[in-house]
Amino acid sequence: MTTSPVKPVLRKEDPALLSGRGRYADDLPVPVGTLHAHVIRSPHAHADILRIDATKALKHDGVWAVMTGEDIRKLSDPFMAAIKVPVQQWALAVERVRYVGEPVALVVAETRYLAEDAAELVAIDYKPLEAVIDPQAACQGSAPLLHPEAKTNEISVREFRYGDPASVFARADRRIAMTVPFPRLSFTPIECYVVVAQHNAAEGSYDVLANFQGPFSIHPVMARALRVAGPKLRLRIPPDSGGSFGIKLSIFPYIVLIALGARITGRPVKWVEDRIEHLVAASSGPNRITQIEAAVTGKGRILALKLDQLEDYGAFLRAPMPGPLYRMQGAVTGAYDIEHVELKNRVVLTNKMPASLIRGFGGPQLYLALERLIARVADELRLDPLDVIKRNLIPPQKFPYRTAAGALYDSGDYGRAVEIAIGEGRLEDLLRRRAAARTDGRIYGIGFAAVVEPAMSNMGYLSTLMTAQAREKAGPKNGAVSMARVNIDPLGAVTVTADVTVQGQSHETVLAEIVAKELGLPADEIEVVLELDTAKDQWSIAAGTYSSRFASGTAVAAHLAAVQMREKLKAIAAKQLNVLPEDVELAAGKIRSRSNPDNALPFGRIAATSHWSPVMLPEGMAPALSETAAWTPPELEPPASDDRINTSLTYGFIFDMCGVEIDPMTYQVRVDRYVSMHDAGRIMNPKIAEGQIRGAFAQGIAAALYEEFAYNEEGAFLTGTFADYLVPTAGEIPECEILHYESPSPFTPLGAKGLAEGNCMSTPACIANAITDALGVGEIVLPATPRRIHAAMQAAMQAARRVGARA
Amino acid sequence: MRRVNRDERVRVAVTLNGRKLSAEAEPRMLLCDFLRHALGATGTHVGCEHGVCGACTVLIDGAATRSCLTFAVQAEGRDIKTVESLAGTDGALNPLQQAFRNNHALQCGFCTPGILMSFTDYLARNPRPSTAEIRDVLSGHLCRCTGYAGIVAAIEEAARGG
Repeated sequence: MTTSPVKPVLRKEDPALLSGRGRYADDLPVPVGTLHAHVIRSPHAHADILRIDATKALKHDGVWAVMTGEDIRKLSDPFMAAIKVPVQQWALAVERVRYVGEPVALVVAETRYLAEDAAELVAIDYKPLEAVIDPQAACQGSAPLLHPEAKTNEISVREFRYGDPASVFARADRRIAMTVPFPRLSFTPIECYVVVAQHNAAEGSYDVLANFQGPFSIHPVMARALRVAGPKLRLRIPPDSGGSFGIKLSIFPYIVLIALGARITGRPVKWVEDRIEHLVAASSGPNRITQIEAAVTGKGRILALKLDQLEDYGAFLRAPMPGPLYRMQGAVTGAYDIEHVELKNRVVLTNKMPASLIRGFGGPQLYLALERLIARVADELRLDPLDVIKRNLIPPQKFPYRTAAGALYDSGDYGRAVEIAIGEGRLEDLLRRRAAARTDGRIYGIGFAAVVEPAMSNMGYLSTLMTAQAREKAGPKNGAVSMARVNIDPLGAVTVTADVTVQGQSHETVLAEIVAKELGLPADEIEVVLELDTAKDQWSIAAGTYSSRFASGTAVAAHLAAVQMREKLKAIAAKQLNVLPEDVELAAGKIRSRSNPDNALPFGRIAATSHWSPVMLPEGMAPALSETAAWTPPELEPPASDDRINTSLTYGFIFDMCGVEIDPMTYQVRVDRYVSMHDAGRIMNPKIAEGQIRGAFAQGIAAALYEEFAYNEEGAFLTGTFADYLVPTAGEIPECEILHYESPSPFTPLGAKGLAEGNCMSTPACIANAITDALGVGEIVLPATPRRIHAAMQAAMQAARRVGARA
Repeated sequence: MRRVNRDERVRVAVTLNGRKLSAEAEPRMLLCDFLRHALGATGTHVGCEHGVCGACTVLIDGAATRSCLTFAVQAEGRDIKTVESLAGTDGALNPLQQAFRNNHALQCGFCTPGILMSFTDYLARNPRPSTAEIRDVLSGHLCRCTGYAGIVAAIEEAARGG
């Protein structure tokens, strides 16, 4: 184990946020004359729009415009998508609606209340069409087509073969297969979407404030839709945002919509999404059906893996979808040493809200299938599931480890991490609890999950969905740039800016710590300004806060920018202190001679030299006013011609185990004990790391037991309030014992890996395994609600009765 | 009781964080919108507008209340306290706020003002709550970032010290 370089400190962000002095999007002033928008949404899952009559609404006092798909079609282009199929999505529905909640018209009025009044006066005639909700049904030839021009709902199918899976399967001792569905859910940030847009007709430009989270690869998508060059769409992100978890990427169609509203009315337009809108239409993680099969030896060693992943993206494919289906491509074998893989990735569209970014991003879907399969292998071979896990883990001597599908796992000792987690009596305690419970006739089970948590996505991974020839034609995509800047003011005060958006991840605190360390200053003297302005700040397409890229990416860029500044200041100081640069150190707010610390000047005095006295700088040196670092790791190579792809830069490891008890009267699942072991490389700030892990754990529990976007067969949306869509409260989240094992990443200067998504990936699988162990059933559908637990118990009892009758 | 007609705009006067303030409101205007957009007190946040998430909680005459389920006109003449009232004029955090900071009880901070106001009320009535009681009151609030552990620890710390 290594020690952390930075001591935990109190967060810089907190005093303002605790005092009501946050600056969230809806808090910021807007120009006098700003209008307010309300979105009219489809009540149908699938229907043709026959007529929209806004005459009455437009006569209403204070109403400036009622925009429809026809306006949008005249002024904008459909959004670019990652798959070249004729599936057009616009900022408002054009001719047809394809999910309940789809934006159909925009009312712009002098107040929000007036806009909502006028919306009731807009008459819209629909001709309902048959809807398709089930992803497997949508793949059938008889299914209604979402986009008839595409001629199919299954708009992308790609098959991959890594190694020689066919012959390994052919000669395997056993083949063990199962089908695992993953539900639709969101993590519903408490702050909804906010957009304030202005159009400058003289310049043909848009200026938009929005709580967008990135990735900024979507900026060109929005600019293209608005038919302007990138610089004509100035996007500003406020200093604070009330949570995102991936969800605030999907604000982008509304950014375009409200920008067009500003263009049509000639006034600034503001739109604040309400919760009902958010639940019905903002965004969802994609649901997936995975058919997974292992070729195994009699002792439970997995030799080859076969997966058919059918992912349901709802009505449209928003950029950068189908990301979740490909983000884990390199890591599809998880924590296991499996050389042969056959993989089929299928994208299907259904009459549901479009799916998009969500914390975990493909990991939860993959690992629920993989870890349920591990448990099934153990069950069928009558082995201990923990032994099956251990037998298949990648051995430590193989790191850095190239997976079958091309990921380059940077570091780790998975076996050791598991041993630590089960040690100190933790596993014995779980076994004892289960034995005692079962002796008393109570329903108790134990689950395990071992997962690899990728961080900092390769911008080229999505091109794996194209064939090698198509990739060749489209031009290279790879890498991932991270950027940060360190600035010095005329009195030597230091500010930092960076390419992240803020939604509570403590970036200000951590960046201040990193820069302070290099400059020999107290962290509380470093100002960190993270509101982002695409017209003036450093950014690349990889900018934003997603794929846990902060620790492995932006933090590194800040470190490098600080080192650049430090080295320049050393050279400046050497001249003024009359020593060699090698003898200069920055410490305790001073810049001084290492060999004679009394020969020192205050940091500010040296740092301000470039402002006041640039002539005194060492010969040839550019003034040290602002140092920007752009970092891109060479390991993020483009997909190889055989489709191997290193999807991410760093790969952490998580091993979870838990005991659950099921109430035989209420069918509720109670998590009795939960242990989560993390190897996230070097931990930069233990308290903040713990906060990220606990947050992901709560969302993992939510996915396992509570949250699901539910539709009926006709496509009606059934979970449109927080009374129907169950977000767990303090009463539902169990204690989680967090353990760490640190294997620093050799691929980043700070050795840190991402850690904020891991429990979204591991916890649903771990809980599902514990439930099936408790019930003695082969399958459980998540979220494991009391209704589903009851059904599983009934099915198990009937099966037992049938066995009894046969005997 | 004061009667107002549907389309009539009325002046609503309240005492907000110790200061007498008034502004115009339609009868249907929610108190949360009135505080934020008429009086400029943006520390109170709106998360669901149907009374579940608790982000908009303020004190009306000392009692924790969902400001999204209250009309502005209902607050006429009342004493309202919001999160802006908690810190000292020099910005010094009060013991509850400080305990939140000590225990990393917030990340994005959007739900935090409502939780602080609920427990300002609750701890005044029950200064030594059990952990179960804290969880019970806290279950009236949704937080998506923290998993709640830090919040419970913070309230326990504030109750110990208070």
